[in-house]
Amino acid sequence: MIPSRSPFDPQNPLEGRVITTPFDKVLGWARKYSLFVYPFVTACCGMEYMSVSSAHYDLDRFGAAFPRFSPRQSDVLWVVGTVSHKLAPLVRRVYDQMTDPKWVIAFGACASCGGPYDNYATMQGIDTVLPVDIYIAGCPPRPEAVLDGVVKLQKMIQESKQVWK
Amino acid sequence: MEKSLAHRKIEEKFPQAVLDSHAQHGDETLILRKEAILDVARLLKEDSELQFNFLMDITAVDYLGRQPRFEIVYHFMSLPFNRRLRIKLQSDDLYPTVKSLTPLWKTANWLERECFDLYGIRFEGHPNLTRIMLYEGFEGHPLRKDYPKTKRQPLIGPQN
Amino acid sequence: MDTKTASPEKEFFFTATEPEFRTQEMLLNMGPSHPAMHGIVKIAVKLQGELVVDADIEIGYLHRAFEKSCEACTWNQAIIYTDRLNYVSPIINNVGYCMAVEKLLGVEIPPRGQYIRTLLCEVSRVADHLTCVAAAAMELGAMTVFLYMMKGREYLYELLEDFCGARVTTTAVRVGGQPADLPEGWTEKLTRAIKEVRVILKECHALLTCNRIFYDRVRGTGVMKADDAMNWGFTGPCLRAAGVDYDVRKYFPYLVYDQVDWAIPVGTQGDNYDRYLVRMEEMEQSCRILEQCAKKIPNGPHSVQDKRIMLPDKKDTYGNIEGLMNHFKLIMHGHGIRVPVGEAYQAVEAGNGELGFYVVSYPIEGEEKDGCASRPWKARCRPPCFHFVAALPDMIKGDMVADVIPTFGSINMIGGELDR
Ligand code: SF4
Repeated sequence: MIPSRSPFDPQNPLEGRVITTPFDKVLGWARKYSLFVYPFVTACCGMEYMSVSSAHYDLDRFGAAFPRFSPRQSDVLWVVGTVSHKLAPLVRRVYDQMTDPKWVIAFGACASCGGPYDNYATMQGIDTVLPVDIYIAGCPPRPEAVLDGVVKLQKMIQESKQVWK
Repeated sequence: MEKSLAHRKIEEKFPQAVLDSHAQHGDETLILRKEAILDVARLLKEDSELQFNFLMDITAVDYLGRQPRFEIVYHFMSLPFNRRLRIKLQSDDLYPTVKSLTPLWKTANWLERECFDLYGIRFEGHPNLTRIMLYEGFEGHPLRKDYPKTKRQPLIGPQN
Repeated sequence: MDTKTASPEKEFFFTATEPEFRTQEMLLNMGPSHPAMHGIVKIAVKLQGELVVDADIEIGYLHRAFEKSCEACTWNQAIIYTDRLNYVSPIINNVGYCMAVEKLLGVEIPPRGQYIRTLLCEVSRVADHLTCVAAAAMELGAMTVFLYMMKGREYLYELLEDFCGARVTTTAVRVGGQPADLPEGWTEKLTRAIKEVRVILKECHALLTCNRIFYDRVRGTGVMKADDAMNWGFTGPCLRAAGVDYDVRKYFPYLVYDQVDWAIPVGTQGDNYDRYLVRMEEMEQSCRILEQCAKKIPNGPHSVQDKRIMLPDKKDTYGNIEGLMNHFKLIMHGHGIRVPVGEAYQAVEAGNGELGFYVVSYPIEGEEKDGCASRPWKARCRPPCFHFVAALPDMIKGDMVADVIPTFGSINMIGGELDR
């Protein structure tokens, strides 16, 4: 919404210079374009994660590519790749250390449901141990799919009720 | 079949050691008595006409239902002579014990740990024979044929 | 005059040996999830000040049961698991595994197939080295190099995508040949991609090779001398950086590497800088191989003409009953390729070094038919970077804690291959 450039009217000082909107929406708008991500890169999907975050596909233009390697500073946990049973407690711990509000993206088939691996070592999707907001399908997902997932997450953030204290 | 140089040398030095040999698909293979592995490996490495200076791989195969059940497989390579050699040991014990090659090759350390972890082969004289791929508390050795493929032992989360 | 008065520094500076500044060993955990650990591995370093005195490495976080998975599926299905070993250059894994199975079958694929495999292998090798150098440089702060090299990799991924439809997990090879011929215009596209890659290599040389900051951080750190390297089972660029010219492609030639002209770059000191230079030069050599192969590639079939091994053309599958039956016979449960009982070890040169596949075919109870097996009894992969990571404590001992990062970057640990 672009405010119109009407000349300043002293009778009506707010005309054209102020937008009124619910607080939730502003907060959502601010949140969705300043996602700090924590890339928990474990496996092959990391290759696509690298592609997406570098110049060719440029995740940055969605305001969602700035990696923060400290869970306390990040908003979105990207679980990129297979999570084995040995790794599960660590993923959970990283998730627990993140501050609210936080979101989780399961990147690729493995993180969503186990993917091609169904055996003694791998977990069948990270949603068995932590809540997931967006699942991106593919083994590995194509960069376009990842971008779609990010846009979906942003839409979700915008539309959800904003927790705020 | 003509015996290779390595075969002849081993037989010369350790007459009882070689049980069998073949060269299927061009991969020269010797099957040895289990106890002889460390001495034979030392010979292979240090003999100036053999010089198998690379230990490429150690693994095991579980032939469930056959006797002997386990085979421990070593792959050696000689860089100066451009040659490869596979050595196999056989054992029918439930937890076979063989001598460790760590005194000769440092890399044997992790290879043997992996073999122990996944197959339950014990390596005598290994400095730190602990699990490497899996975690403490995991029961059984998953690459054995009698370990079900999907038997999970999760640390957190739902049990199976 | 008394010259023995205490020097003025003495009053202000204490040396570490004086009791006021007693130092203590400190244990520092790097990883499992650490910005500089691409992949999940835990390094616990014991520090004396900033010096690393000891290190302990914990791996296995990405153990995905490669072998157990392969044992449960047919010979061709196992190829998808080999993709995910070294996921930076999956085609080399595919080729290694398929060649091992072909060795068991006793078939040799026709020249065109071999050339296609060589082309694909070299494209992935360049992608592999690009990724390795890019990631290592990024961890040292050279973000530009990372972005440039990722751009270069995109060109190569496009080539792979043209060939098989996937960018990373390609599954572009079958037992017995290639699933398809090269698409039209592929070699022209390849020429363009090589040109782009060469430009990028030149730029990155300019950015890194004589860069003081980069040079000082990588020269003389993470040293592994030739003798030790052989003892540790090093192969590939890390061994060549130490001055040993072992390359599977020259020593045990496979595919068509003995029909093209290329050289093995070797280093002298075995440190991070040499490893970096060897990788950069290998990319150039790979480009040379690619150019020659693209020129020499002969016409003809791209896979063995054996109905028991290769799937029929899609045209036949949909067009006539023989083709359809043939397709079913190879695809349906309980059918498929039958491999004679035996064992074979096949080594190929992957991005990181010798990648060996030890494949055993052994009759499975109830599924056996005239001494042939329809599934692998065992498919063992000899991962090159397992040995590097095992040797990592030796390489970082005596260095500063900051040197752990370039050393770890230059050995190019790939989780999928390390833990399988
Ligand atoms: S989804 Fe596929 S590409 Fe991604 S980590 Fe799993 S196996 Fe690898």
